[in-house]
Amino acid sequence: MNNSRRNFIKHSSAAAIAGILPVSLVRIATGQPSQDFSFAYISDSHIQHIRGNQFVRNWDRGLISAVAEANLLDPKPDFVVFGGDLAQMGMREELDHGYELLSKLNYDIYGLLGEHDYYLDLGEYWSDVFKREHYYSFDHKGVHFVVLNSINTYDEWINKWETPLRRMTEMSGLDNPNGSPFMLGEKQMTWLAQDLAKHSKDTPIIVLSHSPLQHIYKGWNFWTEEAPQIQALLAPFDRVNVLYGHVHQIQYNQIGNIAFNSVMATAWPWPYPSTYSQATSHLPVMTVPMNRADPFSERDATGWQLVNVHSGRIDVEFTLYDNTNRTVGFDAAAGHPVDKTFQDPRDRIIPQKHY
Amino acid sequence: MKYLIAVALLLTSSLSLADEFTNEDVERWEQQYEDVAAQGRQHFTDPALGGNGVVCGQCHPNAANTHPETYPKFQKQLGKVSMLWEMINWCIRNPLQGQELAADDPVMIALQAYIAKERAGVALAPGKH
Repeated sequence: MNNSRRNFIKHSSAAAIAGILPVSLVRIATGQPSQDFSFAYISDSHIQHIRGNQFVRNWDRGLISAVAEANLLDPKPDFVVFGGDLAQMGMREELDHGYELLSKLNYDIYGLLGEHDYYLDLGEYWSDVFKREHYYSFDHKGVHFVVLNSINTYDEWINKWETPLRRMTEMSGLDNPNGSPFMLGEKQMTWLAQDLAKHSKDTPIIVLSHSPLQHIYKGWNFWTEEAPQIQALLAPFDRVNVLYGHVHQIQYNQIGNIAFNSVMATAWPWPYPSTYSQATSHLPVMTVPMNRADPFSERDATGWQLVNVHSGRIDVEFTLYDNTNRTVGFDAAAGHPVDKTFQDPRDRIIPQKHY
Repeated sequence: MKYLIAVALLLTSSLSLADEFTNEDVERWEQQYEDVAAQGRQHFTDPALGGNGVVCGQCHPNAANTHPETYPKFQKQLGKVSMLWEMINWCIRNPLQGQELAADDPVMIALQAYIAKERAGVALAPGKH
């Protein structure tokens, strides 16, 4: 497909990757360096079963690359987060094959649910594979992590389909008007409030969700129904960071003390919702958009992330296979995340128009 | 003489029909387009269009990022000025691992009808990258 020497080398073997990748991890000095750490974030791999032992090669390659590269990090990250949508149609074959690829990681994995993992059997087999509850929390080096199942929806919608496969098929189409908005649901909202209440307001919080905990564009479920209520629960904490997948594109913004960062997909990129001319959407204002993806370079605009945690705030280093790597990090002086290279419009490379 | 009158009648009757159409006609023609665009949406989201179950809509929700208004244009990766259907065939061949369609295949026409419908109202920008 893309036969440049660079890409041939890049994709040929993990050993070759070690020689050429700029895998650097800069720990930012803070008052409490012992509290600084990093973790890798891989998301949206959409492993897709064709038949028998065949899977869509393109999506496999994205996850295989991310896993191989994450293993080369030095210093080592403390763990890996898998941000949801390991499978495309929630099938056992896909979750098994995807987790087999993830099992090459030399680190512990914290998984979260995406809608593509969920709507066939409502997350049952996903829990068997990841050995995780659908939502949970944990503490790591002074930071409180909250892992949400943000892709739940109304019971009425869940129960209206004649077969689980039909339900999965309807939810798997991003733009399908028969779909349904994502949400936590009452039970999980109560759990979230109780979980947060156990922590003092100066505890750094990192929330991991599949969908954005803000209202960006409902038509593609760049959306979580209870976003305003969730933000209200998080607002009293001094330092809150929300990381989300699902959108397959770089987004970031700040609401009060809450810094939002999206992560990339390993499978394929999505256009910004603003490029759909028939509807209005709300791209977070601080976001410097990604360049338009080149479909002839099949890994372009896909990637994975290294997240550096320092003083309760995060920097997200994007490894963007066939594109310029980017870092979006919290700027203490500005009080919000910024692109470390391209935030100032004068520093941007030649813009590509997003038609 | 009779013959001439008959010819004249035929001419006038056919002429009067040529540039006259009713609202019913317009609705029918528009409905023809809507039906084909709807079929295009079906193909755009049909796992059977390609060979590996991947659908167009997976990367192009609401056909976004297909920018039909920029064709014909120089498609740098194909090395020539190309039409949208050639790019659709590239997608069917590569990410969808399927068989190309003829330019006038009803499925290819339906796909383009759907893509254009999702982009209605956007100004033509032929040749733009």
